[in-house]
Amino acid sequence: MADDKKYTTVSIPKPLYDKIKELIKDTGFTSVSDYVTYVLREIIASIEEEEKEEVFSKEEEEKIKARLRALGYID
Amino acid sequence: MVAKPHGGRLVRLVSSEKTKERILSEQNEYPRMEVPEDIAVDLENIAWGVYSPLRGPHNSEELSSILDTMRLPDDTPWTIPILLPKFEGDFSEGDAVLLTHKGRIVARITVEEIYDFDRKEIAQKVFRTTDPKHPGVKRLFERPGIYVSGDILLIEELPNPFANYTLKPHETRVLFKEKGWKTIVGFQTRNVPHLGHEYVQKSALTFVDGLLISPVLGKKKPGDYRDEVILKAYQTLFEHYYPKNTAVLSFLRYPMRYAGPREAVHHAIMRKNLGCTHFAVGRDHAGVGNYYRPYDAHEIFNEFPDLGITPLFFREFFYCKKCGGIVNEKICPHGEEHRVRFSGTKIREMIRRGEKPPEFFLRSEVFDVVKSFENPFVEVEE
Ligand SMILES: [Zn+2]
Repeated sequence: MADDKKYTTVSIPKPLYDKIKELIKDTGFTSVSDYVTYVLREIIASIEEEEKEEVFSKEEEEKIKARLRALGYID
Repeated sequence: MVAKPHGGRLVRLVSSEKTKERILSEQNEYPRMEVPEDIAVDLENIAWGVYSPLRGPHNSEELSSILDTMRLPDDTPWTIPILLPKFEGDFSEGDAVLLTHKGRIVARITVEEIYDFDRKEIAQKVFRTTDPKHPGVKRLFERPGIYVSGDILLIEELPNPFANYTLKPHETRVLFKEKGWKTIVGFQTRNVPHLGHEYVQKSALTFVDGLLISPVLGKKKPGDYRDEVILKAYQTLFEHYYPKNTAVLSFLRYPMRYAGPREAVHHAIMRKNLGCTHFAVGRDHAGVGNYYRPYDAHEIFNEFPDLGITPLFFREFFYCKKCGGIVNEKICPHGEEHRVRFSGTKIREMIRRGEKPPEFFLRSEVFDVVKSFENPFVEVEE
């Protein structure tokens, strides 16, 4: 963690900072930065979640289904 | 929709028949390195996307990042380094090297980096101890502290007697879709199911569409159940006690590290790659001895709001004579004197003596399955 290139600074309004500081008292978050990092990761993950999932080609999917059927996993 | 693969894309680094033939015909031109079985299994897991987004063993930058932040350099959660020690061989960065196990060519690696790393630091950060008695630490210390990174290509899989019950991520994903399951909970195990397991699974199943029983195939200690016993026991349990089309079993070949909390997160990531949306985390998950506190493996998940698979935390289930049923601390107010704890060890001892455990411990159908094997337990280290 000594490598300071791993972190960078962003600016947020001072009143927001104070509000968060107040909010995280007595929680597991040790700093406003910790909290903001947590929330941003959560939001980014939920956005990525909504992106379309990659799908298999029809042909490959049929092949997989045939194998699953042969193994008794599906009827 | 089943879970998105970790890091966004399901990795597939498996050679086509043609490429395989070519590599095998040119095999004498490549340097080689023999690797132990657990590493060969890691290579397979990389190739089939169980470790997505990994494309090969970690490099030094990734390793440092995992140790210090429990994330890859691009911020993707990752807790267990996947390392390839340089056991032998005369090769350098940029070379393509064939990785063999018992002489069989398992994979080719295009060497990106060869680097030294302090094994004590790895041990302390991954296992929270440098005690060489810890099985994960022991293995780490027995091997060279020089590591090889680079993309791999799987050439040939290791033999697997349970290949038909070991589905790959692309197969479980199609399976879940065919079943019509949108939410799936993964359950990791190395045991024949007793009622405590069944209640965890069924509590989880109450809230999701399907259950994936995901027993780990790997090295066993004497006294562990044989894999075929686990398989048969679950098949019987499904038949008699689970509604049709709610549960499937697929083995996962994976070398346990016993890294407790960090490994619990890794277990969840592997099940996410298999398509699970939820993962059951039990007491002392992936722990060994007294290295971790019973619920450390629950707390660690607080660090990962972006894991992409929802952990379901379970306390221990037990039988309460006063409640007259199987309960846990959250729903039973009675004292210890009323409670009968499930103990895998106790059940095993009873089975060894040919005694039938009480019905609230082990289903009699399951007991019959176990009993039908001449020896349901592993006798010598495998
Ligand atoms: Zn009770």
